[in-house]
Amino acid sequence: MIRYTIARFFSLIISLIVASLVIFLVIEVIPGDPASFMLGINAREDTLAALRSEMGLDQPLTLRYFDWVIGMFQGDFGNSWTYKTPVSELIADRIWVSLPLAIYALILSTLIAFPAGIVAASRRGGASDVTIMGATQMGVAIPNFWFAMIMVLIFAINLRWFSAGGFPGWSNPLQGLKSLTLPAISLALPQAAILARIMRSSLLDMLLEDFIRTARAKGLTRSQALWRHAVRNALIPVLTIIGLQFSFLLAGGIIIEQIFFLPGLGRLIFQAISARDLIVVESVVMLLVFTVIMVNFAVDITYAIVDPRLRRKS
Amino acid sequence: MSLLSIEHLSLSIGDTKILHDVSIDVCPGEIVAITGESGSGKSLTALAVMALLPRGSVTDGHIFLENTDILRTSERDLCRMRGCSMGMVFQEPMTALNPVQTIGDQVAETIIIHEKTSKLDANIRATAMLRRVGLNVNPSRYPHELSGGQRQRVVIAMAIALRPKLLIADEPTTALDVTTQATILELLKDLVTEFDMGLLIITHDLAVVAEIANKIAVMQDGHIVEAAATYDLLHNMRHPYTKSLFNAATHKVILPEYIPAPPLLSVESVTRTYNLPRVTVFGSRPTFQALAGVSFHISHGERVGLVGESGCGKSTLTRAILGLEEIQEGQILLDGQPVFTKKSLNLPARRKMQVVFQDPYSSFNPRHRVDRLIAEPLHVLNDSIVGKYREKAVSKALEDVGLTPEDGTKYIHEFSGGQRQRIAIARALIIEPELIIFDEAVSALDVSIRAQVLDLIAGLCRKRQLAYLFISHDLSVVRTITDRVMVMQSGKIVEQGDTEQVFSNPQHAYTQKLIAAAPKLPEVTYNVEVI
Repeated sequence: MIRYTIARFFSLIISLIVASLVIFLVIEVIPGDPASFMLGINAREDTLAALRSEMGLDQPLTLRYFDWVIGMFQGDFGNSWTYKTPVSELIADRIWVSLPLAIYALILSTLIAFPAGIVAASRRGGASDVTIMGATQMGVAIPNFWFAMIMVLIFAINLRWFSAGGFPGWSNPLQGLKSLTLPAISLALPQAAILARIMRSSLLDMLLEDFIRTARAKGLTRSQALWRHAVRNALIPVLTIIGLQFSFLLAGGIIIEQIFFLPGLGRLIFQAISARDLIVVESVVMLLVFTVIMVNFAVDITYAIVDPRLRRKS
Repeated sequence: MSLLSIEHLSLSIGDTKILHDVSIDVCPGEIVAITGESGSGKSLTALAVMALLPRGSVTDGHIFLENTDILRTSERDLCRMRGCSMGMVFQEPMTALNPVQTIGDQVAETIIIHEKTSKLDANIRATAMLRRVGLNVNPSRYPHELSGGQRQRVVIAMAIALRPKLLIADEPTTALDVTTQATILELLKDLVTEFDMGLLIITHDLAVVAEIANKIAVMQDGHIVEAAATYDLLHNMRHPYTKSLFNAATHKVILPEYIPAPPLLSVESVTRTYNLPRVTVFGSRPTFQALAGVSFHISHGERVGLVGESGCGKSTLTRAILGLEEIQEGQILLDGQPVFTKKSLNLPARRKMQVVFQDPYSSFNPRHRVDRLIAEPLHVLNDSIVGKYREKAVSKALEDVGLTPEDGTKYIHEFSGGQRQRIAIARALIIEPELIIFDEAVSALDVSIRAQVLDLIAGLCRKRQLAYLFISHDLSVVRTITDRVMVMQSGKIVEQGDTEQVFSNPQHAYTQKLIAAAPKLPEVTYNVEVI
């Protein structure tokens, strides 16, 4: 297990190095030069030169890469061209919205999906299975922004339980959480539908396995066999999907952020791209890649906890 | 007083009647075997006793375990009985255990769900039971760390942890090597005596039946056609089906005499080493030597057998001969040409040999018609046969294996297992190869079908000069279908020689062990009808 963790950790480091190189090269090297890209085609030659030297573009490529990486280690992501503030501040403000939102949505989707999937699998073909499968079919088909608008309509405008948008900050944690609730539910519903379907089919596969029959021959009831033997074995594909979903939730919530007027990462990157603020784009993308890789690392470790066959001989 | 008595059991699933009026008794301390070919209903009889029949099964009759009628017991009470008063051992030890739980926990679970006892007590008793079944490994090991035989011991320990009165074993040794099979059968016999258990064993292997059972019931199409004490049944067979079954199991083919000829295939000091996954992060990768300096030859028209237990390197050798993978040392020549050149297989050599695999169900593409499947090897020929000639070739190949040209227009799912294996042989024959490799080609077949396919192979040898390498774990089959035999152990050929000589007078210790472990059918006598 320790060896497995170390091995996964090394692959994490290598992934990070490769990812940082790719992001750096794509943005800085091809095609042309970031300064002219940012100022547009009608820019004056002296403005360009000023921006170039401000961005350090007159330095050699390798030096710039190492400056960038070392800077990130020190929390220095450079200065935003459009906001005129350090990128680290921009990110710090927004990550405190996006990260809790993603975690919140993930917890909700897991809490919905696990019981739904397990109930559907254990009553295969029954009324509850048909109902759950019908609901997940709709959950997969309906886009999350539609859920968002319906929820604003019901819970914010009609019932007035929640505010329709905005984020008051974390000075009052309960208020903060409350304002993230509707967005988290909108994000969670389609994810939960997918996850429940995966959980169900993975469990049904497991229920056909020989070791379930062995368990029944030992005297376990149908539901004991399911809980004690099938669920843990069914988790591997489910964990993979959870890992993928988290990455999506962190940055893919842009439409939801727009609807609820949340100052999140999705909006930041959208605005940065529109304003050609490449320094912000580069930093946010690197941050997202970093999170995705860390989540994958966590998923890998969880695999090994769930399935002893992956631990190799220790 | 019987422990288990199955009385007039009938079973149907949907419109299909599967069991008809089955009656069997098992007494304490008695071993009763149900035997028969696949589809005869023997496994469903066993599952009916455990009340673990598939959904939609409708039963009639009685199954009494002592005084409880299992067919009329609630699911709740059945759960209390399973694992406690009756236990079951299954065929496939590789999949019968939960891969994510330790073996100790899985054995202890049987105790915990039936008795109000502490986890510690259950664990202690589980460990003791694992020792009793001859498994001296740490109970905190996981199933994937054990061999097939060891896993089957775990399954047995789970089934007998609470010393049930009745143990049901469904093909308990079919997936195991002969030497392992012998020790597991021995264990089951000992347990029956020690616990005074009744054992209902299901197996298609008549030699195993003859060796272990006190009583035998022969099943055909859901009927018990004959049931008697083992000695009586073996020495006074009444039903024609029983006779044909035992006849087929001891079936001998007549091969034409082998006329010494120059070598066709020569395998010279072949070594194949596989890299295993790293165990340390920076260490070098450990290796596994699957073939260690294997040398032999097969002459034109010679029939050679290869026997050995799982993991001995048989499959690696097959792949190497077929040119499917590179070898590290040595060379393999077919008719003087290497089978593998420049990182890929050498077609000129390859078109002189074909292969027939074990599983007739998964070795065909189900979406192609049979004529297309059979014509497939024609692609390796230099000038491919097309049109009318191709049709002719397919028809001839089909007729050679006892099928009709019309069968070419059907799809593979329309054929039985035996017919599929014939089609596999037809596919191999179509390019008229010099050498055919039969890789466990009859192992998945029932005895009567196996006898037919063996006759077919012998018949082909009479019609034309055919050399083959016959790989099998079944010694009795190899004994009748080959001229020469090679015995393989841990990547080495430890003994080779004339088949009859090796079998009647084995020299190497491993060969002796293999032959001693293989269960043998005793001499049987048939009841002569007195008019």
